[in-house]
Amino acid sequence: MLKKENRIFKNLYNEFGWDIESSLKRDDWKNTKDLISKGREWIINEVKTSELRGRGGAGFSTGLKWSFAPKEVGSRPHYLVINADESEPGTCKDRDILRFEPQKLIEGCLIAGYTVNAHVCYIYIRGEYHNEGKRLQDAIDQAYKKNYLGKNACGSGWDFDVHIHYGAGAYICGEETALLESIEGNKGQPRLKPPFPALVGLYGCPTIVNNVETVAVVPTILRKGGNWFASIGKPKNTGTKIFCISGNVNSPCNVEEEMGIPLKDLIEKYAGGVVGGWDNLQAVIPGGSSMPLLPKKICDTITMDFDSLIKNNSGLGTAGIVVINKDQDIVKCMTRIARFYKHESCGQCTPCREGSGWMWRILDRVVKRKATYSDVELLSDVTKQIEGHTICAFGEGSAWPIQGLLRHFRKEVESRCREEPLVKKKSNNPYLVDQHLLENNNA
Amino acid sequence: MSVKKVHDNQPKEFKFSVENIKKIEQILSRYPEKNKKSAVMPLLYLAQKQNDNWIPLAAMKHIASYLAMPYISVYEIATFYSMYNLKPVGKHFIQVCTTTPCLLRGADKIVKLCKENISLNENEISKKGSCSWMEVECLGACVSAPMVQINDDYYEDLDEKSTKEILISLINDKPLKPGSYRGRKNTAPEKNLIVNGEKNA
Repeated sequence: MLKKENRIFKNLYNEFGWDIESSLKRDDWKNTKDLISKGREWIINEVKTSELRGRGGAGFSTGLKWSFAPKEVGSRPHYLVINADESEPGTCKDRDILRFEPQKLIEGCLIAGYTVNAHVCYIYIRGEYHNEGKRLQDAIDQAYKKNYLGKNACGSGWDFDVHIHYGAGAYICGEETALLESIEGNKGQPRLKPPFPALVGLYGCPTIVNNVETVAVVPTILRKGGNWFASIGKPKNTGTKIFCISGNVNSPCNVEEEMGIPLKDLIEKYAGGVVGGWDNLQAVIPGGSSMPLLPKKICDTITMDFDSLIKNNSGLGTAGIVVINKDQDIVKCMTRIARFYKHESCGQCTPCREGSGWMWRILDRVVKRKATYSDVELLSDVTKQIEGHTICAFGEGSAWPIQGLLRHFRKEVESRCREEPLVKKKSNNPYLVDQHLLENNNA
Repeated sequence: MSVKKVHDNQPKEFKFSVENIKKIEQILSRYPEKNKKSAVMPLLYLAQKQNDNWIPLAAMKHIASYLAMPYISVYEIATFYSMYNLKPVGKHFIQVCTTTPCLLRGADKIVKLCKENISLNENEISKKGSCSWMEVECLGACVSAPMVQINDDYYEDLDEKSTKEILISLINDKPLKPGSYRGRKNTAPEKNLIVNGEKNA
């Protein structure tokens, strides 16, 4: 259990006000100048000591990422880009940071910008978060007024500007290179890596891309010390994390807790338990829609951190917990996720563009009980053909949830695949023709 | 991938208003001099706002010449991103989130209500009032599910009764307030509010 004094986002529910005066009372911008004057080496070391791992899904060490930025600024300027394109189904943590703790993010931007030698920071907010973006802009204006941003930001001797760039409803722009393409004014299609953005990023310049939550916790880590952060949670999975608990629970909520908290505690203590009681639990998606689901048996004992979830063939992702109880049709739920991925594929790599549609169509057949027994194998084969054959991780993100479904609920899927093979029946089945021509309604 | 088509009746001309030209200067100042192209997304938003919430082809051509980029690149972007409307939408544009976390809490009922009260099909302007609706993918307010976005605002924690009230208020052009419809405070846990082991309420 996280102690009250160890909470980082004290205003997660806007109990104390979001404006800069209220934030100052919560110790934001307290000794930012002193922190910056300790130098880049110290900041990176402190973040490394804290063992902070990126909160955007991949869980990469933040200190290490920052150390990849070139030490000296060459002919090209450096950029800092904040990823606030929160679109993973089940996740809504960054929205609350943007709305209610914007100064933590802005202060984090200044510190991160100084550390990676960037004078300009772009915050990429998803287009739907129109009001959240306006709120953040107000907060940025307030920070400019206090000289915390701009020339000689916060008296640190470092010039720093923050700009907001809105997305326009593309999930793929949450992938860091697609996000950079989008800021450059292109379609959001991911780039091949390497070169990594730390060397060739925005406008071909060295760029560090970080998630909102990652950057927003940095000022507190530096103020209280890396060892303080490392003392919370488990080894290698340290610190606090905002969990979003949605789906079939009695009171869905966002909550900041320590890493490695048992999933059952989260659901029972904060979200008021599963609708119909714990025994009515069918499955849980632990980290946003692209992470494979966990059946009840695993949920009983699992702890919420990067490593223990990987051990169970899943992942912490963005810590968006979606609870599915036994009143729901699990195959239908996963079909909806497959449709999401079909809709959001950027269309660049063939396995993902075509495969995501295949997976959705096969699952849709299963839901409508029009599938044949061999469809199960076909579905499993398609997921394997996508995984690892695409430029970005979207391929894995779309294939893993379905692999998870087949891993844990194969019997459920098979029991619905009772149709005779279509060719034998000579029936007028729309699934035999090119589906693209028929699905205008779903496109 | 999603398929987007342009509207059949296209206006011949489009020009940014004086007010918007001032805004454009401000937008351009955010990006490096030689990377004017970056402003294409904000400019498309401005055009959409100026033109009753949809973007005609003339606006794309105008933006292309404004930013000295090929017309096809602007067209590419306007069709790639789903938030640019290429066809007229209602004055009250309702986007219903139907992805799994909302579906689990009854988003299909909201879709049904939209069909009954607004129009049978998506993207069809209602006979009464000026509303249109569409299904969209995750809007990122999963703990407040089910929810809809009406123009820029989020309406959260809905049920059938509250959704119907909201839809009727839109048809009568007197929209209700956005926010939670279960009287909760933002994303906090409800009932006996326990935060980190301590009772706050």
